[in-house]
Amino acid sequence: MAKEIERAGIPVAHICSIITISQTVGANRIVPAVAIPHPLGNPRLPLEEEKEVRRNLLKKALAALQTPIEEQTVFS
Amino acid sequence: MSYARPHAGVHPVTHLWRKITVTDLGFSSATRVENGKLLIDQGELTALLRSDPIIKDVQLAIARPGDSVRIIPVKDVIEPRLSRIPEYPIFPGVLSAWDPDSDGIPSGEIVSLCGMVVTTVGSIVGFQEGLIDMSGPGARYSLFSGIHHLVLDISVIEGTKRHEHEKSVRLAGFKASDYIARSSLDGPLSSGSLETLNNPTDPGFHGSEISGGRKRVPRIAYLYMLQSQGLLHDTYYCGVDVKKMLPRRIVPTEVLFGAIVSGNCVSACDKNTTYHHQNNPIILDLLRRHGKDWDFVGCVITNENVTLGDKQRSSTLAAELIASLNPDGVIVSKEGFGNPDADLMMNCSKIEAHGIKTVLLTDEFAGQDGASQSLVDSHPNADAIVSTGNANEVIVLPPMEKVIGDDRVITELAGGSSKCRLPDGSVAIELQALIGSTNQLGFERISSRFK
Amino acid sequence: MSDASRNGKYRIVHYVNQFFGGVGGEEKADCEPFTIQGPQGPGRLLEKLFREGNADVEIVATVVCGDSYFVEHQEDVLRELVPLIRGYHPDLVVAGPAFNAGRYGMACGGICSSLQPLGIPAITAMFKENPGVDHYRKTVLIVETANNVSGMEEAVRKMVRLGIKRLRGEEIGFPKAEGCFEQGIRKNYFHAEPACGRAIAMLLRKINGDPFETEYPIPFFDRVDPQPAIADLKGITIALVTSGGIVPTGNPDHIESSSASKYGKYSLEGLETLDARTHQSAHGGYDNTYANDDPNRVLPIDEMRVLEKELGFKQHPWYYATVGNGTSVDNAQKFAKEIAVELIRDGVQAVILTST
Repeated sequence: MAKEIERAGIPVAHICSIITISQTVGANRIVPAVAIPHPLGNPRLPLEEEKEVRRNLLKKALAALQTPIEEQTVFS
Repeated sequence: MSYARPHAGVHPVTHLWRKITVTDLGFSSATRVENGKLLIDQGELTALLRSDPIIKDVQLAIARPGDSVRIIPVKDVIEPRLSRIPEYPIFPGVLSAWDPDSDGIPSGEIVSLCGMVVTTVGSIVGFQEGLIDMSGPGARYSLFSGIHHLVLDISVIEGTKRHEHEKSVRLAGFKASDYIARSSLDGPLSSGSLETLNNPTDPGFHGSEISGGRKRVPRIAYLYMLQSQGLLHDTYYCGVDVKKMLPRRIVPTEVLFGAIVSGNCVSACDKNTTYHHQNNPIILDLLRRHGKDWDFVGCVITNENVTLGDKQRSSTLAAELIASLNPDGVIVSKEGFGNPDADLMMNCSKIEAHGIKTVLLTDEFAGQDGASQSLVDSHPNADAIVSTGNANEVIVLPPMEKVIGDDRVITELAGGSSKCRLPDGSVAIELQALIGSTNQLGFERISSRFK
Repeated sequence: MSDASRNGKYRIVHYVNQFFGGVGGEEKADCEPFTIQGPQGPGRLLEKLFREGNADVEIVATVVCGDSYFVEHQEDVLRELVPLIRGYHPDLVVAGPAFNAGRYGMACGGICSSLQPLGIPAITAMFKENPGVDHYRKTVLIVETANNVSGMEEAVRKMVRLGIKRLRGEEIGFPKAEGCFEQGIRKNYFHAEPACGRAIAMLLRKINGDPFETEYPIPFFDRVDPQPAIADLKGITIALVTSGGIVPTGNPDHIESSSASKYGKYSLEGLETLDARTHQSAHGGYDNTYANDDPNRVLPIDEMRVLEKELGFKQHPWYYATVGNGTSVDNAQKFAKEIAVELIRDGVQAVILTST
């Protein structure tokens, strides 16, 4: 999906757990997520810390969107 | 002290290939060929093999084309040959010392015992090893059903480590072949066909330029990929494990002498047995019309290692070596499947980047239904592929009257499964399990296409 | 094979749309399914050509349905028609030919693919651009036809040739050879020549610049060039898209938990966060507990709002969701294309896509 949206002209940052599949299907800006059941969270953490984890992942995604790249790049 | 021989590149290397054909096998008191039949002294052969302390027992059996016989699990298949060149032995570097880099390849005669092979069986790992059916639907898929087999069923002493086990079985096959060749082919030979094979001269030679404005013949090279993924997945060039080797040129007819031997028993369908290497049809076809329909400019062997770094290194070097031969086009043959598909694509794209055209020989793993992607890697330059078939396609093999070896392993074979035995004793099994069925040197006629 | 107790003829049921069923044109595309005894329209030609081909057939029934009605009520129509067709004990079902009529092609494909698993051979025919081809070619034998009705006789001839083989229980090894579309499946066969000879011959042609045909067309893993980076986040509209299946509670669009056939578009207007009362996960491919407890873990609107204030970008008021569990590549592509069109129209300049 990331590829098709990008093909239409919109940059995409893909936050996902299984980054190898993302690489295969062709997303360009990839951000590794926490885990499959909670990609942007961690139920083992107290809420404030969890929200910080989420915020940081989003910041990475936003940074990825602002980073010029030539090829598929994982932003970890 | 030995001195380096004159560089093989200065004089073209010519080999005379004599073939003595036998049409039957039997056991007798002395190993010899008599009236077109190979007779084998079981006692002498067995004693020779058992001189390896690791080998506990060797059972000999004979399988003939058309027999209701299944040979399983197969390690290697070897054709007995005798070198008539005193300083150049069969299986150089394996049964006797040989260094291709200090001694050039001398010209001379080699004799083959055709119509029979030595086949080693005995379970090492029990999976990914394969079977040969001498009759029935499975027989169609491999040339081995049309040839006589002397089967060596080898067992080793308890506690033998796997790599020792594999090595002993591997060497036993070569020793047996060598013994048979020496015993039956030495001395004056009256019959047999004779073929002269002229190797390409050194890379600096620019082919048979024809004057008078006639277009020159195409220059063709061959890139020979060899499996080198570890235990049971290895190949040896002059006794050296090819994973430790850099890509290099060989004199094409070196293969006749067993310079390349198989140490791999996995991937039954598309691994090259020693027989396949000894009779490489790409090398033979290219040599036979060399100087007439094309100029065969040379052959490069390369490996299929398991790290990305090695793959990149080997493919870069192989492509540069090929390019130094100045060909118009290259045939590339793969061995095995899976990650070697990545090597194949790297070799292809790097050679094409030199402006040289490639054709690739590969089999497919498109799933039992044929709907999956056939190769794990791809490249837009791989636009000329010859397919040697989908190895996942299932065939039903009827029960055979006799099993040489142990067929309990059949459910363990890659391509088999715990559900593959059918009520009537047949097995529904993928082509993957049949030795040589999708061989990527191009021996067989099986192919695949879109339905 | 037909029963000897029947009059010995092969029994065929023919499916056609409102036009070929004699009801009317496009204005009647909403007509509900009904049955005519015996052949109708092209069915007469079908019957005639079968008999000329020495196949003793009888079209026992012609099932008619309006093209729009079929595609709009597909599940219900099939639920009604499949048992109805079965009731005629057909030896073969023929649908169409649909030529380039898209809804008709989809209906024919739908009928055939529903009958085959029940052991009833079914064939159809259409033009190569008919969407029914790509949709059904892998599982249904589709004869290739011309663009329109002027190719009727040829289409019927080909269907009859194929139909006779199916009636005789013959396996169709290579559909292309029978005038059908390739199914896109690899099948082994024995070539006349060993592979090494074929390789050398192919190389000579390639070197010479002569046309050659590869035996395995390499699939194209296309890559899209990365879009240029966003220079400054201030004022940029960013949208959230997820394949993690976060939807409003109750899953109002009934997005499937697996093999999703659709996606949803939902409002974030005025929402500072998601919670278990308002949103849930529809995804069946992972343990939903954590996502249900706090949907922000998959669709992170809470922190996006925080960052929106902090960094000055604009959160797009709509988000898109589907379930990325076993979703076919084709569907995922289709959804994304449609979503992209809307995003562009709405002035969205960047997307954060979350997947599980």
